[in-house]
Amino acid sequence: MRKIVLSIFLTSVLASSALSQEAKLTIYTYESFTAEWGPGPKVKAAFEKTCNCTVNFVGVADGVALLSRLKLEGETTQADLALGLDTNLATEAKATNLFEAHGLDTGPITVPGGYSDDTFIPYDYGHFAIVYDTQALETPPTSLRELVEGDPAVKIAIQDPRTSTPGLGLLLWMKSVYGDKAPEAWEKLRGRVLTVTPGWSEAYGLFTKGEVPMVLSYTTSPAYHMVEEGTDRYQAAAFSEGHYIQIELAGLLKSSENKDLARQFLTFMMSPAFQNIIPTTNWMMPAAKMSEKLPEPFDRLVKPQKTLIMDPAEVAKNRQAWIDEWLAAMSGR
Amino acid sequence: MLTRAEHRRGIGLGILAFAFVSLFVGLAVLALLGFDATPSHRSLFDAYTWKVLQFTLMQANLSTLLSIALAIPVALALARRPEFPGRLWILRLMALPMGLPVLVAALGLITIWGRQGLLNGLLLNLGLAEPVSIYGLGGILLAHVFFNLPLACRLMVATLDRLPGEYWLLATGLGMKPWSIWRFIEWPALARILPGIAGLIFMLCATSFTLVLVLGGGPAATTLEVAIYQSLRFDFDPPRAIALSVMQITLTAIVLGLLSLLPSTDQTLPASGRRVQRFDGQTWSRRLWDGTVIGCATLFILLPLFSILAAGLQADLPRLVMSPAFLEAASTSAAIALSSGVVSVMIAIAIISARIAIGDQKQSGKTARMFSTVLAATSSLVLLVPPVVLGTGWFFLLRPWGDVTRMAPYLVVAINALMALPFVMRVLEPAIGEHWRRTARLTASLGIGGIAKLLRIDRPVLLRPVLLALSFAMALSLGDLGAVALFGSNDFVTLPWLLYRRLSSYRTADADGLALILGIVCLALTFIGTSGIGTDRSKHAGR
Repeated sequence: MRKIVLSIFLTSVLASSALSQEAKLTIYTYESFTAEWGPGPKVKAAFEKTCNCTVNFVGVADGVALLSRLKLEGETTQADLALGLDTNLATEAKATNLFEAHGLDTGPITVPGGYSDDTFIPYDYGHFAIVYDTQALETPPTSLRELVEGDPAVKIAIQDPRTSTPGLGLLLWMKSVYGDKAPEAWEKLRGRVLTVTPGWSEAYGLFTKGEVPMVLSYTTSPAYHMVEEGTDRYQAAAFSEGHYIQIELAGLLKSSENKDLARQFLTFMMSPAFQNIIPTTNWMMPAAKMSEKLPEPFDRLVKPQKTLIMDPAEVAKNRQAWIDEWLAAMSGR
Repeated sequence: MLTRAEHRRGIGLGILAFAFVSLFVGLAVLALLGFDATPSHRSLFDAYTWKVLQFTLMQANLSTLLSIALAIPVALALARRPEFPGRLWILRLMALPMGLPVLVAALGLITIWGRQGLLNGLLLNLGLAEPVSIYGLGGILLAHVFFNLPLACRLMVATLDRLPGEYWLLATGLGMKPWSIWRFIEWPALARILPGIAGLIFMLCATSFTLVLVLGGGPAATTLEVAIYQSLRFDFDPPRAIALSVMQITLTAIVLGLLSLLPSTDQTLPASGRRVQRFDGQTWSRRLWDGTVIGCATLFILLPLFSILAAGLQADLPRLVMSPAFLEAASTSAAIALSSGVVSVMIAIAIISARIAIGDQKQSGKTARMFSTVLAATSSLVLLVPPVVLGTGWFFLLRPWGDVTRMAPYLVVAINALMALPFVMRVLEPAIGEHWRRTARLTASLGIGGIAKLLRIDRPVLLRPVLLALSFAMALSLGDLGAVALFGSNDFVTLPWLLYRRLSSYRTADADGLALILGIVCLALTFIGTSGIGTDRSKHAGR
């Protein structure tokens, strides 16, 4: 027994010293990126082929947790890169002074709404959308107005802007369309809201269990069901006012000791080798050119005619006030 | 009754346990307070906090009242019917809701009570067009009763089953009517433990998070725990999170303080250890009533569990069970649950020994008695410290010493052990106390001590309560997502975390399968916790 323990110990010591010969790139991201079915494993394999390095993903719960983690760790963070923030978090992330300008040509990147930044680079995006169950709902709403003013007996599950990014997304979507009239619109929509869940998973769980015919999710959600489950049952509703967008970003940490390698990864991220992986693993739209064709079901997804996006600085400034407004409208008499 | 050395050892153990608990909580809080964050300048006592506070107290009060009021008839019926078919299994089943991740149980409840649920389906068939909606306060109460009625019931039945057999012989001899039995035997026994149970349930409901949001129907239903989570996870405002946590603990401490003022007769039972047999309630109407009550309660608990079973069976279970991800998560979960269970039981035993040692001293000083009370309060209030506060605080503390994810398993074990402590105490304190009162004089006069006492005197009687407490703690830890979610990384995945990951990437069927497996494991655990019952005097003390 002792021999086995000793040999395990020695092997691990030797292995780790062998690894330390190679450069190691540490990337903080959210856990669904690193899951076995997520983009992580494929991205790691593809990049390691080109770099003579080891990629080490550290996955936390979600984009918000990612930023909190970086704030907690400050300059002592192990992270070279943070991958998985979104535009709504960008201003707050920059205010930490932990990030450094990437200094790269972001030419390959094209995202609707034309977001570009000297600190963060988009790697994918998705439009928020109301996803509905075709077996329970024959005529889905065709606009946000129809959603707000529709039959209160036909319910929707949404997420809480206090605890989830899609929830914040809907808040900003309503704000972009209704402006100052948003509280009144929320009061109207309130009758249709079955419940407000803390995160995306709970709401989507209610939806797939058949409890509610509509849920706030992404235009790309139906692609998962079509590609992986071969069913057309769940579809997204196209809204005439346009769809609010979530753009996922990656950024370089100031404290990184492998900045060249990190920049190499960011360049790789903008290349088809990375982008090919995204749609069918992260279920988001690629932010740059792919070398492969998207699977057929992606052609049948809702393609928003208009993209809604707010200035990240404005979001950061007003988020609390808008959430308070939402609270009052959703819980007042 | 204890020797001086035993006294010192008891109190020493208590101090150790207290030091561990208070340091673990205190250091985390200090670390967060010391964090240099830009404060939000939101005033703490704004209208929002006030509303949240009111709602938290209101729903927790109602949930507690309902859970207990409904649990009493069920517990009485179960205690009256030692030979009820499947009684042991009903009691085992009652341990299940606690071991399930909250979200899983919530989805199970919705399958029965939801808009498209079984109940509304039945009502629709009966010609009622308007579906019954559980979203809102009603849903929150329903879910809290689902979780806490079984808990209260198990603790009450355990107490009633421990009543000495002489009581029932006497009651029959005196020809006592059911009302007199309730007044003179059952109620005094329950009254002793009710404040404790009510306190426990109140704390569980006051800190409810996912259930309140999912079933609450809107932000009008928000508890302090939600506000704490929001301020730490979303706004990253540690001082505010701490302030809210302090508010939560203070308020609940006041409620618990009020509860402890309730008159409770702390009687010592002259238990002879003879086999208990009940002679009352033999009329047909009583049998019918008891059968109906037990049947309804069982159905109430069983139906949502069945829906979890039905959904789980549709998953590709063999593939799921054989996948390396599952095997790894299962072994991690087992290790975490077992360690936190053992730690929790050890802390509880240390605290109980100290309280016995202090209570045994003829002239225990004011300080000693105060320490005894503080110990009891600490062991229950610890449930109120949000895991998110503990986790973030310790993350910050350990950060300078290396990779926190490596230490995460130990932190999760510690957090889970503390969360289980109030439950473990509820199970162990009466059992150890009674055992001590029965045997202390004799062992002292015979001069039995050390290992011999442990093996010959304590083990036969205390093994079962310890196993029960362990299974309670392990089930709690198995279903816990809160602590793990804070540190969750690729190398550290437990079963509920795996389940949540599947759920958050569209893989609902896998999640259903995992929920079923978690349920089976919990049932197996309670089976171990209640094994050996049926061999001696507590034949039907299926706690």
